[in-house]
Amino acid sequence: MSNYLLFIVLPYVSLVIFIIGSIYRYKSRGFSVSSISSQFLEGRRLFWGSQPFHWGLFVLFFGHLIAFLFPKAVLAWNGEPMRLLILEITAFAFGLSAFIGVILLVQRRLTNRRVQIVTSKMDVIVFLILLVQIISGLLVAYHNRWGSSWFASFLTPYIRSIFVFDPQIDAIASVNSWSLKIHVVSAFTLIAFIPFTRFMHFLVYPLDYLWRSYQQVVWNWNRKAIRTSRAHSFGKKSKNN
Amino acid sequence: MDIRSQVSMVFHLDKCIGCHTCSIACKNIWTDRKGAEYMWWNNVETKPGTGYPTKWEDQEIYKGGWEKNGDSVSLKGAGKFKGLKNIFHNPHLPVLDDYYEPWTYKYQDLFTAPEGDDQPTARPISLVTGEHIDVKAGPNWDDDMGGSPDYARQDVNLEKLTPAEQEAMFQLERMTFHYLPRICNHCLNPACVAACPSGAIYKRGEDGVVLINQERCRAWRMCVTACPYKKSYYNWNTGKSEKCVLCYPRLESGQAPACFHSCVGRIRYLGVMLYDADKIEKVAASSDDQLVDNHLDIYLDPFDPAVVEQAKLNGIADSTIEAAQKSPVYKFVKVWKLALPLHPEFRTLPNLFYVPALLPTMATVQDGIYDSTSKSLWNGVDKNRLPMKYLASLFSAGNTDKIVDVMKRLMAVRLHRRGVTTGDISKEEISSAMDEVNINADMADAIFRLTSLATFDERFVIPPAHREESIEMLENTADVKGNTGFGFKERPVRGL
Repeated sequence: MSNYLLFIVLPYVSLVIFIIGSIYRYKSRGFSVSSISSQFLEGRRLFWGSQPFHWGLFVLFFGHLIAFLFPKAVLAWNGEPMRLLILEITAFAFGLSAFIGVILLVQRRLTNRRVQIVTSKMDVIVFLILLVQIISGLLVAYHNRWGSSWFASFLTPYIRSIFVFDPQIDAIASVNSWSLKIHVVSAFTLIAFIPFTRFMHFLVYPLDYLWRSYQQVVWNWNRKAIRTSRAHSFGKKSKNN
Repeated sequence: MDIRSQVSMVFHLDKCIGCHTCSIACKNIWTDRKGAEYMWWNNVETKPGTGYPTKWEDQEIYKGGWEKNGDSVSLKGAGKFKGLKNIFHNPHLPVLDDYYEPWTYKYQDLFTAPEGDDQPTARPISLVTGEHIDVKAGPNWDDDMGGSPDYARQDVNLEKLTPAEQEAMFQLERMTFHYLPRICNHCLNPACVAACPSGAIYKRGEDGVVLINQERCRAWRMCVTACPYKKSYYNWNTGKSEKCVLCYPRLESGQAPACFHSCVGRIRYLGVMLYDADKIEKVAASSDDQLVDNHLDIYLDPFDPAVVEQAKLNGIADSTIEAAQKSPVYKFVKVWKLALPLHPEFRTLPNLFYVPALLPTMATVQDGIYDSTSKSLWNGVDKNRLPMKYLASLFSAGNTDKIVDVMKRLMAVRLHRRGVTTGDISKEEISSAMDEVNINADMADAIFRLTSLATFDERFVIPPAHREESIEMLENTADVKGNTGFGFKERPVRGL
């Protein structure tokens, strides 16, 4: 029963909340979507926490994504023990980096008076989820070797079964590792909390900056069209409104 | 030719009395909010001095503005690669202490303190943490050269001077200062716009005002770094950047921006300039000695029929062209050549120009006797108390000839007016001074009039915004008749 709740109900509830909540917040609460950076109030300690934390998570996120999307490629890579070892050690290093980062960030939030002022209740939840997620992930990586290989044959089918609306939980339910179960459950919890926390900011990562032109000019209305009454037509709403 | 119109500005530094009324007018309207207390979209600095935020002009610290990069320019401390690389921690971001920690006083203590031997005091409390602080800096901490050894001596513009010249500036009998009021320059090549990863900052096509869309700002903080004038500010409470909006709601309804309107010394002028947007990149990438000339060349003559025709083709309203022809800024910058941009070497092509202050000339000290007499009524500009190199570092990317030329022009007008009003200066001296800089009596009188007697409408020539037409472009007004206007707008509260 609890397996049913944790590995079928929770994922679907989380995904629905995530999708509807994020779209709603982006569309009608645009002002609230921000990384709400606190670097302005405290910059030096943020560097030591934020950099290892974000880069660690950045690599781990894409590591998980690749393992999910291209399981065969990962298995092929792991065919050679040396390569498996390199992959696992690299991933673990980034995990440790994220762990050290989040510890420093929590410490900074707890001890810097200015940063305390801008810490909301939701930030506490963010840190709790992150701590559970990162610690459980490190435990899984350490105790249940070698994750990069069994992820492909074991977790990929489960996650895929969720996305094709045919959830298969036998494998995950029968696994004898608390840290792995916690890791999966807290991952879905994290997804559910995205629309209600500052997690939102990674959804608006400004990738489009790479292909946009540097300068931006917004015309509220097309003066050329309005100067001749024949060309008069109702224009598009300008981008700034 | 892509002609656009730009609302531009001139500040006449000779007239600035450093009263900070402009700053207060701006603060009362725009930045009297939580998270914005430390912001001064308009501030008045004392020069020499370190300014606000401290040493903002030193781009080795803050990495603002553009750098020449072959035939083009690239952002010094931001941009696509550098910006996204530093997005998790921006190493060049000024922090609160580089400005100052805003505070108020615990006035209630004056009333509630128990009876005692001492006077009750109102202690300063931080507006960030709400706790008692020892105030270490504030807005205009170095006002009127207060604390010179720590502030005026650290002025970034002094680097261009030899140690002897620097020393001479700080001898008591030579010491002088002038004020430097600063607002956003609403640049033609804005670095903040280019640096914003979210694309939240944009330049308005119609009048060139640079604005931040608060709904799209995601607090990546790159604009704060990129603006070399440090006129984009981070609101630590809402997690959004904010900047001077040139009081656009006032502009659109034909009123001068609050800082302009309230200016006691009437140093501020506002008007339209027509410019060629195709030239921006090339001008921004000019060599240092050509930079000012090329920058001023980008503005077009609004009386030239070819320019007018092209402007109309480009959709610029007749009323705007008319405003450009009456523009006081055009006169100061292009016709009279009296105003120069602040720090043009940042290559953002600012649209705020300054008439440098014609400061008192030096006195001499010999055998301990202070002697300020001179043969003529005013000494020549070469005896100016502030070295030309210093002013050139501020206003002409180090080109002293430009400054000397402006100074001679200002002096010629003074001599001419002295001749008109009292006549105690020889005609030869006046005409030689005027001929040298090619100013005739009519021009000198016009400069005098706009400088000292100008009315409100002469100082601020604001083009009509034609909002009635713009609304018709956006909506079918008959269909929405009786509706609630702009509709619901989200309250600017901090996100979770």
